[in-house]
Amino acid sequence: MDGIDSIYREQILDHYKNPRNFGKIMNATVHHHEYNPLCGDELEVYLLIDDDKNVADVKIHGKGCAISQASASMLTEKVKGKNIEEIKKMAKEDILEMLGIPLSPVRLKCALLSLDTFKNAIVIFEKYIKEPGVKGER
Amino acid sequence: MSSNKTTLNTEQIRKDFPILNRKIHGKQLVYLDNAATSQKPRQVIEAIDDYYKNHNANIHRSIHTLGEEATEKYEEAHEKTAEFINADSYQNIIFTKNTTESLNLLAYSLTSKLKKGDEIVISQMEHHSNFVPWQQLAKQRDLKLKFIKINEEGLLDADSINENITKKTKIVSVTHVSNVLGTINPVKDIAKITHENNALMIADGAQSAPHMPIDVKNIDVDFYAFSGHKMLGPTGIGVLYGKRELLEEMNPFLYGGEMIREVKFDDTKFNDLPWKFEAGTMNIAEGIGLSAAIDYLNNIGMEQIQKRDNELIDYAVKRLKEIKDLTIYGPEERGAVVSFNLKSIHAHDVSQILDSEGIAIRAGHHCCMPLMSVLKVPATARASFYLYNTEKEIDKLISALHKVKKMFGD
Ligand SMILES: Cc1ncc(COP(=O)(O)O)c(C=O)c1O
Repeated sequence: MDGIDSIYREQILDHYKNPRNFGKIMNATVHHHEYNPLCGDELEVYLLIDDDKNVADVKIHGKGCAISQASASMLTEKVKGKNIEEIKKMAKEDILEMLGIPLSPVRLKCALLSLDTFKNAIVIFEKYIKEPGVKGER
Repeated sequence: MSSNKTTLNTEQIRKDFPILNRKIHGKQLVYLDNAATSQKPRQVIEAIDDYYKNHNANIHRSIHTLGEEATEKYEEAHEKTAEFINADSYQNIIFTKNTTESLNLLAYSLTSKLKKGDEIVISQMEHHSNFVPWQQLAKQRDLKLKFIKINEEGLLDADSINENITKKTKIVSVTHVSNVLGTINPVKDIAKITHENNALMIADGAQSAPHMPIDVKNIDVDFYAFSGHKMLGPTGIGVLYGKRELLEEMNPFLYGGEMIREVKFDDTKFNDLPWKFEAGTMNIAEGIGLSAAIDYLNNIGMEQIQKRDNELIDYAVKRLKEIKDLTIYGPEERGAVVSFNLKSIHAHDVSQILDSEGIAIRAGHHCCMPLMSVLKVPATARASFYLYNTEKEIDKLISALHKVKKMFGD
């Protein structure tokens, strides 16, 4: 397998073409949108956080390069059911391990958009929303 | 009359560019990112090498042999540059570090004399370096910045040119050739309209000076800016051409050594043109490198280079059009640049897969974010050509694009 086939390996392309947990949660606890103007990569994340501060449900919506979107899709599978404390502890290394591909510094930014969006959603939850559970329609 | 086909010998030319032998991921390099920067022939590399090995000294101030040799070579570089764009004299040629600095020099110096409410006109297709300086100085100095619109084809809209340039306009600055769309703008016509309104006309020549014969007197622009590194020269050397009477009137942009004639405790007399604008120790070696690049281009002939560019871009566009679901941006008649997108596949993915085939193209917003918003795309892929490129390389690009499509599943 040469370099490029490993970057765009089957699993990555599969998540890009058929993103998991794609869509919206109308009454999500927290909804957050991030945009990387340099690439034009966009990601929205909806989290439903339960009383134990676990992620009861997650949905994403976005567009951009394969690496950014596949990374977001894979991350939804990883965070579902997890406590937000665990998500807060996740770092670059976890994303790299999850993707399992070598990335140049430029492409690393694409890969990390998902983690930034998820973590910032949690910051917003803890700082402003505070109360878990369903919210009014948005 | 010369025939339509070029006489330029690509095989021979390629031998002058050592980097073209590079292997990338085990494949022969195919360099199609010339609008970003060109590669350098050994003649340029050797001129810089020779300067440092045999002539290095500071210029203008030294009364010793090396100093005189360095000064002579550096001044000669100004003379050659003047001839290259048909300027009257070396005094019309200011060396800067790049197009961006040339345009900043103009933005700072020219707007210092404007009054609140005066208008500056640029276009929607400007590179950030002909956009942000005007935008920021307009804000600082309470000036109004207006934009000539582009039409569906990617040409400057004629009505929009006439509507925007009025008696209130003081400065018009447009790119000669777009680095994204390849559009060749009618700068001569725009200069005429600008002058009828008593305003100053600036052309951003970053993408035209490397690719076509330039005659600043014929197009009658007041200022013309370009970069050495896009025309076979080294990085770190750019050019600002200006009409003499305008340069005389203008304030220097940078103050310091070399740009002065006499300094007293309470005042300073500035140096003659062009040195008044070249403060401090300049990029001497790079100026000499640019000189060698101009010699190289002149040896082949700018008409020949332009013809060859046209052959390459016509062939590339023809082949790109064969690919289903590929969108090309920009007009039919264009410089040596073509931007495209392959369906919904992000340009970064396209570029990365091409890189694995040894093919270097550009992907992104190309420092033209406002234009991207007009085109309603986050990014494009861009291939840009120069005298050492071949039809065979374009064929490799096309095959690689098919590979991209296949990987992304159709
Ligand atoms: C049209 C145009 N203007 C200005 C520039 C800026 O040139 P430099 O980066 O050499 O200052 C570029 C380079 O990409 C360009 O294409």
